[in-house]
Amino acid sequence: MQVTTMAEMAARGETPEVLFWVGCSGSFDQRAQKITKAFVTILNKVGVKYAILGKEEMCTGDPARRAGNEFLFQMMAYQNIQVLNGYEIKKIVTACPHCFNIFKNEYPALGGNYEVIHHATFLQQLIDEGRIVVPEGGAYKGKKITYHDSCYLGRANDIYEAPRKVLEALDAALIEMKRCRSNGLCCGAGGAQMFKEEENGTTRINIERADEALATGAQVIASACPFCNTMLTDGVKNREKENYVEVLDIAELVASYL
Amino acid sequence: MAYIAQIAFIALAAFGIYWFSRNILRIRRNILLGKDEKLNDRSGERWKNLLLMAVGQKKMFRNVPVALLHLIVYAGFIIINIEVLEIVLDGVLGTHRLFMESLGGFYTFLINAFELLAVAVILACVIFLVRRNVIKLKRFISADLDGWPRSDANYILITEIVLMSLFLVMNAADPTVNGRFLVSGEIAPLFSGMSESTLHTIERTAWWLHIIGIFAFLNYLPYSKHLHIMLAFPNAYYARLQPMGKMENMPAVQNEVLYMMQPELAPTGEAQPMKFGARDVQDLSWKSLLDAYSCTECGRCSAACPANMTGKKLSPRKIMMDTRDRLEEVGKQVDAQGNIKDDGKSLLHDYISVEELRACTTCNACVQECPVGISPLHIILELRRSLVMEESNAPQEWNGMFSNIENNFAPWKFSPDERDAWAQA
Repeated sequence: MQVTTMAEMAARGETPEVLFWVGCSGSFDQRAQKITKAFVTILNKVGVKYAILGKEEMCTGDPARRAGNEFLFQMMAYQNIQVLNGYEIKKIVTACPHCFNIFKNEYPALGGNYEVIHHATFLQQLIDEGRIVVPEGGAYKGKKITYHDSCYLGRANDIYEAPRKVLEALDAALIEMKRCRSNGLCCGAGGAQMFKEEENGTTRINIERADEALATGAQVIASACPFCNTMLTDGVKNREKENYVEVLDIAELVASYL
Repeated sequence: MAYIAQIAFIALAAFGIYWFSRNILRIRRNILLGKDEKLNDRSGERWKNLLLMAVGQKKMFRNVPVALLHLIVYAGFIIINIEVLEIVLDGVLGTHRLFMESLGGFYTFLINAFELLAVAVILACVIFLVRRNVIKLKRFISADLDGWPRSDANYILITEIVLMSLFLVMNAADPTVNGRFLVSGEIAPLFSGMSESTLHTIERTAWWLHIIGIFAFLNYLPYSKHLHIMLAFPNAYYARLQPMGKMENMPAVQNEVLYMMQPELAPTGEAQPMKFGARDVQDLSWKSLLDAYSCTECGRCSAACPANMTGKKLSPRKIMMDTRDRLEEVGKQVDAQGNIKDDGKSLLHDYISVEELRACTTCNACVQECPVGISPLHIILELRRSLVMEESNAPQEWNGMFSNIENNFAPWKFSPDERDAWAQA
């Protein structure tokens, strides 16, 4: 794929319109890599001048901070801010709500001030500006899609409408789960839960949420977070519905039209 | 003889108000045992929060029928208390229905309104009792409330019903009003045929029980979950105005890392020993302690908590109740000894277990749901900081994640050289 790194761009004396922060999940998780590629496909097609940090990118420190390890978080934040400020980055887009939240709300206190935009809002803007044109009668026209709110996009940062507007632009039949928007139920991954076994309980959070999504009868469960995607994919598999219901990121849905 | 009643009344009122103030000052002192946090900026937004959240009960309206019932009890309680003004003045001055003559028809209108509200409050309280004890809504039968908290809730509802009933009986048995009020006028026939002195005794008894009940209720508040009727207001005012996703920074750790990376910036001299996160109530922000006293244990937080609904031990409501209980305990030590002494106990471990803390997904559903702007998440995260940074107490998988982040710059064990490998594939 045609992807330029910041180092290459800086060497040419150029500056990007926006830095695409890929995040650990988007970089290493096989499923999430597909989301990254879909988003890059869109950026390339639309002609956005962007760059990635490539090997210079590091974990933002979100799971460490939420688990209670402030030292590790501060170490990661320090190094990332050094790199970002070194390249004089002004604007960051990311497909991960956790990275988005930490750049937007927590890096400024540490000297990292950037305009941060989540890819849901970014895609909505591209559609609004007419830079992405969804052809009439696409694959998802009239298809039942339900959208799962990521906690770090929704409650944490009040972004509920942007991802829904993207789905509406696809002419899909959007149906809501019982718990949606500010009532949305967590997928179970946040607060560093992604990296440990769940505590003892009667069921798993991702199964509870997958059941709710499946109950809508939607053919597609859309999300805008790589961790939610993993959790819901596992939940759907647990119910042996993976042949009937797809769990897709909004970027993958948009990219399928291009 | 009349003077005795007046003196008795003034003594009752003075003692009631004195004892209440004493307890409120104690609670204030306890709250200020917490760590400093600056929450008095942006006063315009804060007043707006107070008006919308506390006065307007905006967040209650996430469930409209219940919000309406609650509004009746809340508005009824405040409006009917206007009548208490007359009762207090009568008590002090030895008068009887001080405003009846001068206000005339308007007096009748006011008391009619109070009586109708009193009936509405009684009905709402009965519905609330049924929801708690007959229908047994999940959040009300939860183990969080076992023992005193469950009785506390019922006592409050029963007291409200009794107070409202006494108000109606007082009006019904009063021969000077001639059964002219809407509701008590309907009850009055029950007393027909009774002698004037019997009626007088009933009226006086209801009057005294009503006002004694009000002072008793006032003094019950500092010991009860019902304290929210007062603390909801400051708690809404001081609610954090930042996006819910934001976690508090730790400047001490930030500087520590800075000095490690750029040793030339480090100050010379002995480093102060530092304490990270919260192990006990006095390590929490004063706002978290105000939160604890403002909690009315409704359980909307726990009902929305993904961990709680899937059977994990975590219950955000219990986090708040534990914090208040422990703070009361620490407060008693301060009462007895003048300062905080190590009693071998702490909020972490003795009240809130590691398993509870580990179950949180930081999804903010509890914060979103709280009608009075409480953040259980804030406490959870501060306790987690103490667990990990003071005790190195983390599950093995988290320790693995930490070392992966430190060495490979990602929470998984991948080589950092592979970070952009996806672009080549």
